Amino acid sequence: MIGLLGTLAEAWSEVRVHKARVVLSLVGVFLAVFAMTGVTALGLIVTQVQQEQAERYGGRSATVSVSAYDVATGTAADGAEWDTAVGDLLTRYGITQYASIAYTDALVRFPAGTQQLQTMDVSPSYGFLHRIEPIAGRWFVDADRSSLSPALVVNEFVLDQLGGGPFTGPRAVVLGGAEPVTATVVGVVKNDGGDYPVVYRIDESGTPGRGQGPGGYGGGSSLELWVPPAQVDDVVTALTNDLGRVLPGYQVSAYRLDSPGVADGLATLRLAIRGAGAVVLLLGGLGVFNVGMMAVRQRIREIGIRRSFGATSGRVFAAIMLESVVATLLAGVVAVGLAVVVVRNLPVADWFNGGVPLADVPGFPVQAAVEGLVAAAGVGALAGLLPALVAVRVKVIDAIRY
Amino acid sequence: MSQLELTGVGREVRLPDGGVLPILTGVDLAVDAGEHVAVVGRSGSGKSTLLNVLGLLDSPTSGAYLLDGQDTARLRGRRRARLRGECFGFVFQQFNLLPRRTAVENVAAPLLYARGRAFLTRRRTAAEMLDRVGLGARLDTIPEKLSGGEQQRVAIARALVRRPRVVLADEPTGALDVETGRAVMALLAEATAEQGAALITITHDPAIAALADRQLRLAAGRLTAGVPA
Ligand SMILES: Nc1ncnc2c1ncn2[C@@H]1O[C@H](COP(=O)(O)OP(=O)(O)OP(=O)(O)O)[C@@H](O)[C@H]1O
Ligand SMILES: [Mg+2]
Repeated sequence: MIGLLGTLAEAWSEVRVHKARVVLSLVGVFLAVFAMTGVTALGLIVTQVQQEQAERYGGRSATVSVSAYDVATGTAADGAEWDTAVGDLLTRYGITQYASIAYTDALVRFPAGTQQLQTMDVSPSYGFLHRIEPIAGRWFVDADRSSLSPALVVNEFVLDQLGGGPFTGPRAVVLGGAEPVTATVVGVVKNDGGDYPVVYRIDESGTPGRGQGPGGYGGGSSLELWVPPAQVDDVVTALTNDLGRVLPGYQVSAYRLDSPGVADGLATLRLAIRGAGAVVLLLGGLGVFNVGMMAVRQRIREIGIRRSFGATSGRVFAAIMLESVVATLLAGVVAVGLAVVVVRNLPVADWFNGGVPLADVPGFPVQAAVEGLVAAAGVGALAGLLPALVAVRVKVIDAIRY
Repeated sequence: MSQLELTGVGREVRLPDGGVLPILTGVDLAVDAGEHVAVVGRSGSGKSTLLNVLGLLDSPTSGAYLLDGQDTARLRGRRRARLRGECFGFVFQQFNLLPRRTAVENVAAPLLYARGRAFLTRRRTAAEMLDRVGLGARLDTIPEKLSGGEQQRVAIARALVRRPRVVLADEPTGALDVETGRAVMALLAEATAEQGAALITITHDPAIAALADRQLRLAAGRLTAGVPA
């Protein structure tokens, strides 16, 4: 214990005394760790951005879409029948995350006139599955389903047409038709790549208006299920078979909606970035090694003096080695700290996500920080090894001869 | 039983051309606890070699060296290093202070290899020791800013800080002017005696040798009782 403390105290004192030399030799290690950690962290965030973008369209990994329509008439399955069949299935397979989607039309009364728009009638869970992040207001919640005024989430394009300036709170809009209803816009999403209207409508509300079953799975619509990627094939087969059996005369279609390739492509990119970081780190280590060798040659006399104090060869070895490790670790800590600060303060959402805030902002990846520190210490140990071996071989009497 | 006992100790070195150079041929020496012995001899007579053997920095090639009755020939590696640190304090002609380390850091350095309390209280012990050699006001001065006499006083404090049983001084006044040298030597002898440690001094200076209880002469690889010439 005291031996370890002593070695540490010695290494620290060495680093302190040879500040300038140590600092210079560490520039490489510092830069490498900074780059590696920063890039890994940024990579994780960009990955998250890409994943969220992909999931906005295709759903989370893995999302399975199911729908059924009458082969003869081409119409969707009857609400009540569909709800029962689907309800059974969800319970049987223990699927808890799902969303219903139905495409319907609505007559929206804009100040400039009434327009017929396609709406997507979705359950609140759709927002979770597709990572929808409103830029103003909010997404649907379960309580919206019992509200008398159907809740809507529209894109900026639709909001513009509604007039009334920026969105500051829920806004009423009349949906015309045989029985007009006053709907409430509760949130706004960003225009995604074009000036076309997007209207999400809550799948149920206290106001009847659409032919929809009571069970709440959205009869006449499709259903999206979130399942573990490994189970996709089983779930697709089971759904097709089971639903086909309980809904005779209907064509059941089930398929995977998200694109599984996205995650793999990003993993490769991350690997490449880390490979580059490792090379830079190794180069930095070479600098530390070089300076370490020079330092040992200059300190042969000092090593001899320490041997006269009773320093064992183990202590001499550990001191030189630790000096290298303590120094590189210090550089690593500073580099990781700086990487955290920089990555935290970058306008990531503006750069990579067109200003849309991330649904799940990844925290600074602890793994990247730990890896950076371990890599720094490892390089320090590697760079210190040979100088330490040289130091141990120093002949005491030659070292202190004058 | 003597503290140190050398019987027929020889030390030869192999030269690069294949020949063998005998430096010590048959040294007999017994030093008692607390005794002060001076060794004189011509340059190249092997005085430093003898001191290195005594301090376990070098090993005899023949003969026996008993330290507190224990045969040192069997000591290797770790135990040898530990024993060296515990038993001996060294004072060198060129001071051999650690450059750019303050006086107190230099004096505390041997305690880095000590265990227990001695390690934990090393700074305070070092400061007290420096005070003893009259450098209580220069604790945080680096060697480069001290005079030769002051540097050697730091070295004396460092040699004594672990309370060794034997202090080995290789021409401790060799790099100092006569007057400073005598003052430093008097301090070394006094401080060593205070701790009850034995002192073996190598010197060219008869006046320095005269301070010792016993004077020996090293010539032709052997020690003989001798009055300095
Ligand atoms: N490892 C070695 N290889 C070759 N020769 C050596 C070696 N060690 C010592 N010598 C020689 O042995 C002799 C004695 O050396 P030593 O340093 O003990 O002398 P010394 O009495 O201390 O001399 P000085 O008074 O000049 O310090 C010298 O001639 C020296 O050159
Ligand atoms: Mg000598």
